[in-house]
Amino acid sequence: MSIELKKVTKYFGDFPAVYDVSFAVNEGELVALLGPSGSGKTTVLRLIAGLETPDRGEIYIRGKKVNNIPVQQRNIGFVFQSYALFKSMTVFENIAFGLKIKKWKKTEIEQRVKELFELLDLKGLEERFPHQLSGGQRQRVAIARALAPKPNVLLLDEPFGAVDAKIRQELREWLVHLHHDVNVTTIFVTHDQEEAMEVASRIVIFSKGCLEQIGTPRDVYENPVNEFVARFVGVMNVLELVVTNGVARIGELEFPPHGLIDGQKLRIGFRPYAVNVSSDPNRYRYKAILRHTYFLGIMLRLELELPSGIVIKARMSKEEYNSLGLQDGKEVSFEIKQYRILSKEGNQLSEEIPAV
Amino acid sequence: MFKRKNPLPGFGLSLGFTMMYLSVIVLLPLCVLVFKTFEMSWEEFWRWTINERAIASYKLTFGASFCAALLNSVFGILTAWVLVRHDFPGKRLIDALVDFPFALPTAVAGLTLAELFSANGWLGKMLEPMGIQGVYSPIGVVIALTFVGMPFVIRTLQPVIESLDLEIEEAALILGASRTRTFFSVILPMLLPTIITGFALAFARAIGEYGSIVFISGNIPYKTEIAPVLIVMRLEEYNYVGATAIALVLLVVSFLLLALINWLQSWSERFLE
Repeated sequence: MSIELKKVTKYFGDFPAVYDVSFAVNEGELVALLGPSGSGKTTVLRLIAGLETPDRGEIYIRGKKVNNIPVQQRNIGFVFQSYALFKSMTVFENIAFGLKIKKWKKTEIEQRVKELFELLDLKGLEERFPHQLSGGQRQRVAIARALAPKPNVLLLDEPFGAVDAKIRQELREWLVHLHHDVNVTTIFVTHDQEEAMEVASRIVIFSKGCLEQIGTPRDVYENPVNEFVARFVGVMNVLELVVTNGVARIGELEFPPHGLIDGQKLRIGFRPYAVNVSSDPNRYRYKAILRHTYFLGIMLRLELELPSGIVIKARMSKEEYNSLGLQDGKEVSFEIKQYRILSKEGNQLSEEIPAV
Repeated sequence: MFKRKNPLPGFGLSLGFTMMYLSVIVLLPLCVLVFKTFEMSWEEFWRWTINERAIASYKLTFGASFCAALLNSVFGILTAWVLVRHDFPGKRLIDALVDFPFALPTAVAGLTLAELFSANGWLGKMLEPMGIQGVYSPIGVVIALTFVGMPFVIRTLQPVIESLDLEIEEAALILGASRTRTFFSVILPMLLPTIITGFALAFARAIGEYGSIVFISGNIPYKTEIAPVLIVMRLEEYNYVGATAIALVLLVVSFLLLALINWLQSWSERFLE
């Protein structure tokens, strides 16, 4: 076990920024801390680094309790969102800083920095100052500086936050490769679920300071433990149904009552891929108008509006869309293949239920 | 290079006004000073400027100003740091007190300091047994100059310390640096250009100081007489050329020193955009 948190709580004033969080990260793993802003994920990262001290609970790094070990001695690589490069030092001096402090020999420092320059493709930038670098170069310098002293663990705060969309995509792949090459336990913070799904081998999901779920990307997508996770990871249609005359309904949509009696409420959710759409208005049970089509590359997202005004999100491939001859504004029909109960007057999440 | 158009018009007008303003307030008086000096012969000029008494006064003026600016830099860094980074009761009052030396007539400051540091004064009494003479000595001059130049380093440094990125300090700590090491190898180099600006302002202010010195230094020729006092003395003798000659020397040396400081500053800023 490389890193382990046991019931860690951190208050800022009266506000619990991190509450009763426990999870473990294996040696060599690449883990994402995912959550909306203010969910406590960055604070968790800072707690591991030793920049904050927990009010309760224990933090272990490689089996050793580090609660009372000062930040300087934890041997952690940390990459800040702002990169936090030393402005008055050249790229070389930035990367060598940690090594100088650890009193490495001059030749060893030069050797190590050279290695990192090759690994991170920084050659030729040795004598530049940070302000003379592009955003991507700055980030690589920050990562090189963090990796230089061979840390036990690499922590990255929103590593893709400050770059544009195209470079973001490249960086994601690059980080996976880098992690593969260096093989150091890596934890990164992100608010972008797509990013977490693509890059991490496991995802830890936070909301309001609490850990909601931890699992592989597939796990959290297919088996969310609660509505928050279900809605945060991936797109989900959520409907609140009321049981009337033994049927749970909203607008035109009808579902079995699942043991509830008239007047009781029920929340259900389904992914866009669980919706079948046809251009034949009589093919499926419900009729709707195709309000808008979003082109997301190879997949398209469709917004269907029922006569009652309810909007349902569906998705399909470009080929399917073209072969169906769909068009914005056209009348279509659809059905919901499967859905899950998010909450029933009580508060339980169900397995997916086939609806047709 | 592509030049971006300034969104606000009026560059010509504002530049014209700036030039006129500078000319009337700074350049014109300086020219008069130079012309006035040219009324005398070289021989006369050397007689008034290169003599033992005058040289002793230059040494004291520049030496004491340098010491005072240096003291103000060191303690200015500390004060500015404490005022920005720490919260304590009475912080606002202390912050307001920093400007006090600007507001107080320097003659009043001189009188007060002379009283305080005299052999019977509160502080002078403590210094006396250590063999340190607080008044009528070069130390007295440094004390007064430190007082009048105090706000410069603090006030120039405060906004810069406020804008420092805390994450840079945290990055240094994570890499294993102690707090002291972080301050000296990471923070101080970033503050250096501003410290030099503050130093230059305090130094320039000290060179021109007159009011507070006359009371605390005793104006003993060859020992505690600063150049501005010598100038006033020449004026009182109706020796206008003698006065302007010394003033010109003061001016030229100040100009050279400030140019040097400026160069030092651009060197310390090499890492900035």
